Amino acid sequence: MAVNLATLRSKVELALAGRVAAPFSYRDRPVIETVSTGIAEIDSLAGGLPRGALTEIFGPACSGRTTLLLSALAARTARAEACALIDGCDAFDPHSAEAAGVELKQLLWVRCRNMEQTLRATDLLLQSGGFGFIALDLGDMRADVLRHVPLESWFRFRRAVEDTPTILMVLEPESNAKTCASLVLRMEAEPTRWSTTLESHASDFFRYPPSWLFEGLGIRAELLRSRMQSSAPNNFKKPFASVGHSEVFKTNVLRSYLSIAKIAPLK
Amino acid sequence: MAFASIHVPHFMVQAVVRAEPPLCSQAVALVDGTPPIWNVVAANQAALQAGIEWGMAKSQAAQFRAVEIRNRSRVQEKSAHAALLDLGASVSPHMEDTAPDAIVLDISGLTSLFGSDENISWQLMQRAGRLGLFVQVAVSSNLEVALHAARGFSGITLIPPGEEAKCLGKLSVRALLPSLEILETLERWGVRDCAALAALPLLQLSERLGQEGVRLHELARGARIRALVLAQPGVRFEEEMALDFAVAELEPLSFLLGRLLDQLCARLEARALAACAIRTRFDLEDSFEKKFRILSENSPPQLASKTYEKVLALPIPTRNSKMLLKLLRLQLQANPPHAAILKIILSAEPASPRASQGGLFLPSCPDTEKLELTIGRLANLLGNTNVGSPELIDTHRPGDFRMARFAPVSDESKIPQKNETAAAHSPGGTLRTAFRVFRPEIEAKVELQQNYPTRIYFRGMRGNIVAASGPWRTSGDWWREDAWQQDEWEVEIRFDSVSGQSQKISSPRMQDGIYRIYYDSLRAAWFARGRYD
Repeated sequence: MAVNLATLRSKVELALAGRVAAPFSYRDRPVIETVSTGIAEIDSLAGGLPRGALTEIFGPACSGRTTLLLSALAARTARAEACALIDGCDAFDPHSAEAAGVELKQLLWVRCRNMEQTLRATDLLLQSGGFGFIALDLGDMRADVLRHVPLESWFRFRRAVEDTPTILMVLEPESNAKTCASLVLRMEAEPTRWSTTLESHASDFFRYPPSWLFEGLGIRAELLRSRMQSSAPNNFKKPFASVGHSEVFKTNVLRSYLSIAKIAPLK
Repeated sequence: MAFASIHVPHFMVQAVVRAEPPLCSQAVALVDGTPPIWNVVAANQAALQAGIEWGMAKSQAAQFRAVEIRNRSRVQEKSAHAALLDLGASVSPHMEDTAPDAIVLDISGLTSLFGSDENISWQLMQRAGRLGLFVQVAVSSNLEVALHAARGFSGITLIPPGEEAKCLGKLSVRALLPSLEILETLERWGVRDCAALAALPLLQLSERLGQEGVRLHELARGARIRALVLAQPGVRFEEEMALDFAVAELEPLSFLLGRLLDQLCARLEARALAACAIRTRFDLEDSFEKKFRILSENSPPQLASKTYEKVLALPIPTRNSKMLLKLLRLQLQANPPHAAILKIILSAEPASPRASQGGLFLPSCPDTEKLELTIGRLANLLGNTNVGSPELIDTHRPGDFRMARFAPVSDESKIPQKNETAAAHSPGGTLRTAFRVFRPEIEAKVELQQNYPTRIYFRGMRGNIVAASGPWRTSGDWWREDAWQQDEWEVEIRFDSVSGQSQKISSPRMQDGIYRIYYDSLRAAWFARGRYD
């Protein structure tokens, strides 16, 4: 039996000689390079954003998806990488982005009105190549519209960035990319942080009842899938339903309260 | 001292053939005149051999089925002459613009650059071929000898010093361009070539033919000397094409634009220049339906413009004709002309080509030409105002910005240094909350209790406001018509889960969160500006 197998193997190798270098050797899975998201908690949870792969970030409104997006954009543009944002609902706020540290000159903003325009624009940008980071913001799209996006579109997007240094990130209200995503994070809102720190001052300066002051969001990120492997082969992890790890972090809203005067009660 | 003369034989025919390359291997005759009287004014060698004669009527010439009849085009002749000047300038800065079909170059000192005179002549022929011209070249130490030798002999003619008379001996006297009267006289005498003319006694010739005869005698002996009259050709790169029939479709128009762009780019390359902008101008046909463009009921009817003009600005100078054609097509698809096209004029603004050297450790950047094409396609799909880099405007008006051209830098040293993790953090060290904008802003209905918002209705959803921060008044531009005055609130909303409500969104619960709403004092209405995410 062993002699027959050896003969068979040599026959196959002879037949494929010149076309396939080593047909019976396993191809080494390439090590995926990851980069920082700009948020230390997410970096320790997911290992960073993978290059040449699709990353899916989903969650309800006000769950911190856009905060993660702007943080990643800030990190990439700080390294002089050309970035692109395909804005499915024209919801991007340049002021908020600039305050978050995004270098706007490095960002190509593509403002779409509907799903068809969004998918077509994504195809054009992925084919063009050369971008370090491409984000597809579908955060405000209706979930029923997103469910009608064929799976082949997600597969096509993944294939377009494979073996390239481009990071492709998708923001959605629900997960739709399925197995096409190499990294999937679910975002949830933690209780919002309010304070009444101006209470003691309000009576002195404004002589009105104290009011709430919005301090920031609490965000929980859960790692659902990660296909990245480290350089050591025995650290390879098979993808499964949920890795089960999560991290919580907080955001801050900066407002210059001293420069905006509080007004008289509305009549 | 050495001079090279470049002559374009059958210049008028070559000018037309340059715009229609498939005709170069065919017999072609050109007609001109005032309709309905058209006569043959030029023909190439193949047409002459087929039996075409100058002055023949168009109807007669049309009987020669193997001969293609075209109208003479002065526009194409101008372009061909400009191409000839570019050819000369690509080799030598000292050039004489002798005639529409001939130029003379001073090629002394070019040996170290191009090699021998023969090499220079071959270079000139090859470069002329790239510009769509077939030329004859002659090199001599005497300017007039080179000029007439190029006119009379095909291919490359090299005349060593001292042998001018011998080489010109076989040249026909017609090549010396005598007047018709003198030519008839010489033919009656049996003088047909320069050798015979040079053999005539000078004194008797001057008595019979005057100073013109003396001049011709000197030319025939190769003894006439004159200096080069330097030309300063303007750097105007323009190609025109007048169409026999109006073109209204993009596909045939693209074909014509492609040819003109190829010629334009070849001329730019001859001068070591590139185009930083392409101006397109079309002369349009009068169309009865579109003759009047009524703007409103009260305004008088206006005649539609008879020309179409657009400028294609390029981020970096280029002479890639295929890329330019794609960009022009995208521009025409987005802004088509309102009538069929009768004449095309393309002009390029010249600039020095960009010289850049990439670094090994620089981050990858999109290829500039590919990026320009992609942005053109995106603009075609979404509109020019929806593609670009956002640029904040220095104003207090909330959310004001403009869209600028996307021009990323690939050099990290040109970006203010921040480390990756600190990039998104506020000076205090915590992560900055992002904001998402509603465009356009959404009108809302707000219930107040003791001047604080407690209930809100917008986007088909109702909800309770469980916490509110504000109001924060901002106002500005009071001296303008678009003044603004807004009282902003940051509110936490819990939407009602009501069954049977029209579901414009997946679930109201998915929309709970922190929103920014404002009361517009001037419009006396509430609006939702966006939400934090």
